[in-house]
Amino acid sequence: MPWFSVISVILILIGLYMGFFVAPADYKQGEGYRIIFVHVPASWMSMFIYLVMAFWAILGVVFNTRVSGMMVQALAPTGAMFTFLALWTGAFWGKPMWGAWWVWDARLTSELILFFLYIGYIALHSSIDDNRRADRASAILVLVGVVNIPIIYYSVKWWNTLHQGASISLKSGSSMASTMLIAMLIMTLGFWAYSIAIALARVRSIILERERDTRWVSELPEINQ
Amino acid sequence: MKEFLNMGGYALYVWGSFGMTALLMLVEPLLVHSRRKTTLRRVSRLVRSKSAQSLKNPSANI
Repeated sequence: MPWFSVISVILILIGLYMGFFVAPADYKQGEGYRIIFVHVPASWMSMFIYLVMAFWAILGVVFNTRVSGMMVQALAPTGAMFTFLALWTGAFWGKPMWGAWWVWDARLTSELILFFLYIGYIALHSSIDDNRRADRASAILVLVGVVNIPIIYYSVKWWNTLHQGASISLKSGSSMASTMLIAMLIMTLGFWAYSIAIALARVRSIILERERDTRWVSELPEINQ
Repeated sequence: MKEFLNMGGYALYVWGSFGMTALLMLVEPLLVHSRRKTTLRRVSRLVRSKSAQSLKNPSANI
């Protein structure tokens, strides 16, 4: 388990080094564009973590497995944090480039809705005392909210937005300098490893809390000291 | 160095973004760690009090 923490620290350090010292300044935005190295990875993780939560929510609803609800619960705070960071770094990028911290643009608004979905999930789950019922009810919320993910992703195509379109795509490749792209991808992998490490660490506490009445918990060496 | 920190005039925006990201990604692991410690303490207290109870009253063993 500490493996993912180690990997994430190494990747983020390499990504920061490349992002600040190897990647060239942008011809239009100068040094200001370097916000991309946290903005894009945080935004991708905000959507990706939601999809992983939806995956666990489906497992929980269909197969009624205990651990799926715990995984959803462990992922939500980290997803909410990355969504907040996507909005925050976006505001700090929008201000110098567009002249406004915030605009009611389709991309920004749908990302804000994603933030409310995370907060809504956390609030709903903590408002129901019985954990199994809380899992079930909040899984439904997560699954309904998943329609928002393609809306965020395609918002820059479907609507005329101030937010720029995707700089990289599977079909046409990348429109960025390759060192910029590599630095961004390394940062993304670092954030991804961070998310795995933190969710696994958090789920261990959730499992202990929820299974505290079982024999195996009472026999754990950490508990019996 | 000064030039680097100045970020071509975008210092507030670049460091505001990286600063908040660093802050949250350092605080979150600390919170998870302290939650782990609290949980271990709480659950072991619970387990201990339960085993003390079942010693007094063996028929109520769970």
